[in-house]
Amino acid sequence: MSTENYPRIYLYKRIVQAKLFIDSHFAENIDLDNISDEAYFSKFHFIRLFKKIYGKTPHQYLIFVRIENATKLIRNGITVSETCHTVGFESLSSFSGLFKRMVGKTPSDYFAEQQYLKKEMLQTPLKFIPNCYVSQHGLSKK
Amino acid sequence: MITKVSHMCIYVLNQDSAQDFYTNKLGFKVVTDAPMGPGMRWLTVCPPEQPELEITLFPVVEGGMFKKETLKTMTELIKNGTFGPAVLTCKDLLATYEELKAKGVVFKKPPTKEFYGFEALFTDDSGNWFSLGEEVKK
Repeated sequence: MSTENYPRIYLYKRIVQAKLFIDSHFAENIDLDNISDEAYFSKFHFIRLFKKIYGKTPHQYLIFVRIENATKLIRNGITVSETCHTVGFESLSSFSGLFKRMVGKTPSDYFAEQQYLKKEMLQTPLKFIPNCYVSQHGLSKK
Repeated sequence: MITKVSHMCIYVLNQDSAQDFYTNKLGFKVVTDAPMGPGMRWLTVCPPEQPELEITLFPVVEGGMFKKETLKTMTELIKNGTFGPAVLTCKDLLATYEELKAKGVVFKKPPTKEFYGFEALFTDDSGNWFSLGEEVKK
């Protein structure tokens, strides 16, 4: 039976499972060919359907998830080199290049910016809260 | 002339649990996380592709805005699913439905063709409900 003949919802479930697999295993050395095999798809059909649903090929999506998770780690104060390896990149230079392309700044600049913001939020939190909520909540503006 | 919505507020029963729900299940991003007095944070999240809209996950706790009686009433209203704070959109409703269901999100209505469009309804961890539809190409 060709995959074209499967009920639409069945195909969706397979693609969604593949997406969730990438979401939870992004840090590992994922072989995307294996994912299409496990989804019982031809590689071509798998990539085509994945891109139709998520707007990215599985490989592009894997890079996207790694960089998204890198921003979370950096926000939490994890160093750039540790973040690079934690999210599954082997080369710091390719990580930095992809990060800059997707986030708009280098990981080091992003790290410095987030550290500054975090400090500001802790020291002067009321700068980040609209004043109406501050007064409604009975807090005074510092 | 009003131009945009910059902040909106969703009242939640537990801020930590709401943060987990909105970020790990719905995929929203944390924008601001600042201390706001004992046991409270100014916690805002945004939809992944709408960073300019900050959604405040505002805890319904006693003190400040909520007196004891108001707190009781608000808690009951939220739990009972009185509030539907927003209509959300996605690129592919069937895929998003399957994904959210796999993550444990509770749906009040599966994707259904209505006369006004293709729609599903789900609730957050507090009881607030949302309509989820597909982006309309204009």
